[in-house]
Amino acid sequence: MVYDACVEVKLREGIADPQGSTIEKATDNLGFAGITNVRVGKCIRFQVEAGDEEEAKNIVSELCDRFLTNPVIEEAVIEIQVVG
Amino acid sequence: MNQNIGVVVFPGSNCEKDAMEALADLGATPLLLWHADSDLQGVDAVVIPGGFAHGDYLRPGAIARFSPAMEAIIDFAHNGGPVLGICNGFQVLTEAGLLPGALQKNAGLKFLCKEVELQVESTNSVLTNMTSKGQTLRIPINHFEGNFTCTDETLIELQSQDQIILTYRENPNGSMANIAGICNTTRNVVGLMPHPERACHTLLGSTDGRILLESFIQGAHAAV
Repeated sequence: MVYDACVEVKLREGIADPQGSTIEKATDNLGFAGITNVRVGKCIRFQVEAGDEEEAKNIVSELCDRFLTNPVIEEAVIEIQVVG
Repeated sequence: MNQNIGVVVFPGSNCEKDAMEALADLGATPLLLWHADSDLQGVDAVVIPGGFAHGDYLRPGAIARFSPAMEAIIDFAHNGGPVLGICNGFQVLTEAGLLPGALQKNAGLKFLCKEVELQVESTNSVLTNMTSKGQTLRIPINHFEGNFTCTDETLIELQSQDQIILTYRENPNGSMANIAGICNTTRNVVGLMPHPERACHTLLGSTDGRILLESFIQGAHAAV
């Protein structure tokens, strides 16, 4: 089976996010009141071949741990869906 | 003291010639090591120079860290071989797990290119063993992601094990504890954001980088 994977890489809680705070300041300047907690991450999309969804998740999870994230400052949220 | 020092080149490295020039000027014999080659050619020490290895895609150092040369350098370092990472090289060493922590985007989100004042915090490393504690060194920085970050536990370890070797007198980038450079627990692997190779000649405005590279060359001699 082929699965669509979407990995959201985000900064761990407590890690300062200079991009997020800069964007937050800009929203204020633009007149959007009440925009808070801006955090910037990235989304990596790809397809993965696996026997079932469980296996696909395990492969992507290992890929995140070894390569797609730096666990010192980042964590990943993984979404898997059958290509359809 | 004719030490062979390997300078690793990745696609996107851009400080390898500066490093080679400075090392040769100090009496060492530098040679280029291609990232895709796992043979370190029997060098006495390794420098990972600055630049933008693999375009800094994904994260600085994230792709470079898996190069065949890096796998060999990890073994070399574990066997006590002196390894110096400058700027992007520092980022590669943290990604490779040879040094703790990570380098985040600068706090001000600005690319910084200027001379800064560093303070020697520890003389017990392959890069600082000829310096004096508290000594001031004027050396340029040139980076966008030099903001040293780690967990509170790691910071306590770095402090208690005397692994912080250089700090900024005025923090330019938001680094925790003003950290500019650190070493591993066995003191043979060092990483720093400033560029000592660019401060080795009066024409370049400072010669304060020389003592660091001289220490490193000396360390390469001792490790043989």
